[in-house]
Amino acid sequence: MSDFSLNVREEGDVVIIETAGYLNNVGGEKVSEACYEKMETGKKLFLINLENSKVVNSIGVSILIEIIEKLQDVDGKLGYYNLAPIVEKTFNIMGLTKYSTVYYSEAEGLQGMA
Amino acid sequence: MSPKDAPKVELTLPIIPDMELAATKTAEVIAKHMNLGEEKTAEISMALIEATINAFEHSESDAGNVEIHFVIQADTLVIKVTDKGKGFDPSKVKIPNIEEKLGSDRKRGWGLKLIQELMDTVEFESTPEGTTVTMTKKK
Repeated sequence: MSDFSLNVREEGDVVIIETAGYLNNVGGEKVSEACYEKMETGKKLFLINLENSKVVNSIGVSILIEIIEKLQDVDGKLGYYNLAPIVEKTFNIMGLTKYSTVYYSEAEGLQGMA
Repeated sequence: MSPKDAPKVELTLPIIPDMELAATKTAEVIAKHMNLGEEKTAEISMALIEATINAFEHSESDAGNVEIHFVIQADTLVIKVTDKGKGFDPSKVKIPNIEEKLGSDRKRGWGLKLIQELMDTVEFESTPEGTTVTMTKKK
């Protein structure tokens, strides 16, 4: 089984989740658990750094749709940065980019979330 | 080179979590051999992940295997992914969209759409004895 790990930190009101490894069902669940834990403390702005997750599958990405749905209920926002081109293309095909935002750096993401 | 003489690579994958990544490693080597660019290689890998996961899920039991055949033609890579599941009717698979998924209990079901968007052609042959998905990517 592939290893998947994540690091969670905060920059002001924004929660930054840095992932490493294959974003499949296992990875997606870990990301959603981290988001929901922070949402329980009132956080609504999330940025995911996918620099070290260059391989994804649709099951893992589907879990991001679940996160978008939960954030819509609290007027929250989800963004991503450092996506591999194929990951960005996958997000476009699945329509995630209509309801969440792809940024090209952490700084741009933080500015976009403000 | 006629399609009959085209070099072939055959993989048999056991149904084990993440084994689809073994298929992508093979695809990367073949794509490099064919001088496909990075973008096309990544699209092939992503489509292959989805086709293999679908095959794993359609297979009747964990004891089954999924067969993947790569056929290296002069200007086209042909990939066949075969499972021994109970088959399905591709015409009855609903094309997903995110508007319907938001608010629905089932967020999954994107595999076929991704495969169709990422590859040049996709064909399905499905019977009660199994399914073969044939995908092609031109150079």
